[in-house]
Amino acid sequence: MPTLTYAQALNEALREEMRADPRVFLMGEDIGQHGGVFRVTKDLSAEFGANRVRDTPISEAGFVGLGIGAAMTGMRPVVELLFMDFALVAADQIVNQAAKLRYMAGGAVSVPIVIRAQQGGGRGNGAQHSQSFDSWLVQVPGLIVVAPATPADAKGLLKSAIRAGNPVVFIEHKLLYNTKGEVPDGEYTVPIGKAEVKRVGRDVTIVSYSRTVLFALEAAEQLAEKGIEAEVIDLRTLEPLDMETVLTSIRGTARLLVVHESHANCGLGAEIVARVYEQAPDVLVTPARRLGAKHVPIPVAEPLENAVLPQVEDIAKAVEAMF
Amino acid sequence: MPLTPDRLPDAYRQMLVIRKFEEAIRALSTQGKIRGSFHPCVGQEATAVGGCWALRPDDYITCTYRGHGQALAKGLSVRAAMAEMLGKATGCSKGKGGSMHFTDPSVGLLGANAIVAAGLPHAAGAALSAQLQKKDLVALSFFGEGAVNQGVFHETLNLAAIWKLPVIFVCENNLYSEMTPSHETTSEVDTCKRATAYNMHAVRIDGNDVELIYATVEDAAARARAGGGPTYIEAMTYRLWGHMMGDPEVYRTKEEVAKAREVEPLVRLGRRLKALGHTDSDLTRLEAEAEAVIADALQFAENSSAPKPEDAFSDVFA
Repeated sequence: MPTLTYAQALNEALREEMRADPRVFLMGEDIGQHGGVFRVTKDLSAEFGANRVRDTPISEAGFVGLGIGAAMTGMRPVVELLFMDFALVAADQIVNQAAKLRYMAGGAVSVPIVIRAQQGGGRGNGAQHSQSFDSWLVQVPGLIVVAPATPADAKGLLKSAIRAGNPVVFIEHKLLYNTKGEVPDGEYTVPIGKAEVKRVGRDVTIVSYSRTVLFALEAAEQLAEKGIEAEVIDLRTLEPLDMETVLTSIRGTARLLVVHESHANCGLGAEIVARVYEQAPDVLVTPARRLGAKHVPIPVAEPLENAVLPQVEDIAKAVEAMF
Repeated sequence: MPLTPDRLPDAYRQMLVIRKFEEAIRALSTQGKIRGSFHPCVGQEATAVGGCWALRPDDYITCTYRGHGQALAKGLSVRAAMAEMLGKATGCSKGKGGSMHFTDPSVGLLGANAIVAAGLPHAAGAALSAQLQKKDLVALSFFGEGAVNQGVFHETLNLAAIWKLPVIFVCENNLYSEMTPSHETTSEVDTCKRATAYNMHAVRIDGNDVELIYATVEDAAARARAGGGPTYIEAMTYRLWGHMMGDPEVYRTKEEVAKAREVEPLVRLGRRLKALGHTDSDLTRLEAEAEAVIADALQFAENSSAPKPEDAFSDVFA
């Protein structure tokens, strides 16, 4: 299996889907000749031309809206938001439009659009370029929300997202783009709605997604040295949520920590913990915990940002406190 | 094919169907049979019929929550529209969309929208779709002049202009943005100036003249199909009823409305038909035909079943 970066894996997914399906086209800022700020669309313009790899004005509501109109009329647009933070200037088109048009039409239309965006902190980009919106995106009925952590999952899930026939918000992380991993040869997809156990362990279940999966795996190695074997579940898809994999794991470990980079307050971690207590009330031997960003905007200076966002050490400490 | 005089009786009947549809909804509303908001298009029937009839059946439109007329003129079944108003399973959205979201892609109706200006980029996107698929389709977006102060209006005009999209923007300027006179909230009431600022062909026309609207949209559609890009049409019209049911209309005088009634689209077209030699009894017959269409739709809707509670959970995803 070749080793690719996360950005290269996404690039392959786009290239393969564009080769296979003439309906697929891309819109976004600086994605054409420039190849995208994070190089995800590198060289695609040269292969597919400016018509299918469209540089847009800085006009998120406009081009997401155009994507929706194109999706309703036979195309499969993949729209890139340069930063997830900019989803807010297109929020009406994402939340009121893409997510609801099919339902409001009684199923008469479909909106097969993929909205890609990178989110998250760790790079000192400040409060308007570092946010994670996964927890509130999953509150919107009508959106599929995907957040892969590895190059292989990124490629396989992006291909599934493009074929999903529904609005998908595809969440990337700015500090995952240069991470490397093995990617299967040839054609494959990763199914939407399926979590994956990324590390097997008997003592505690750590549920995460996107970049904090890597943190959880690192914490698990530290914990192993202390005799605690953590199972790490990568949700991969956030809506629909694969609770079955979570429940199966905690039936073995009886301990649960959920970790995400979005704010902990009313976050996806709270939802998962609540579902665990509703669906498997007697399984846990210690109270479930969750870790997320603390309830302040994301600051720039490194010591400040690290204090706000969950770190590897925070995960290890939270798990140790369960024993 | 222009809207020739021989087609004017049909246009008159279609405008009457729209007018009587809204009158029927008002009556149902006072009986408490309509859930949610109802924003009547009474007085704006000419833009609907002239605009939609100048398009091909497979061309696209988007419209707004004041879009019953446009939806019907584009070909939405009157029965399905009425059933939707009554929240029936036979409604065009199976009771899930209601008054503000009439949709029927089989007649090119991509949807009415309850967010002001939100439908403009959908029409432009449909136009982009046609351009990419090398189909000679056009898309038309209807909106009110209240939409011109929304950001996405400007974003869409810019995108349509830079990509030369086959899209037609029809601004129905009825002088009032919800319950506020538009001149109080809009720096330049000639909205064509906004379109020309985006290097787009723009024209302001009498929006109560169905023949003029038809000819203007037909011209715009021909330009769009020939690769000439977007056109902006500001159709000056007037909302004879309030913004919505229950609007006390404190922002205008009864005299102003009475004056507008003298030049409203149905009065105008009625006069034109008589000038062409049609008799009073011809017009009465057309009116009776329109009434029959509405009566049939009402009977269909009232006899239709309500959706089942479990139907609320389908149609989220394809």
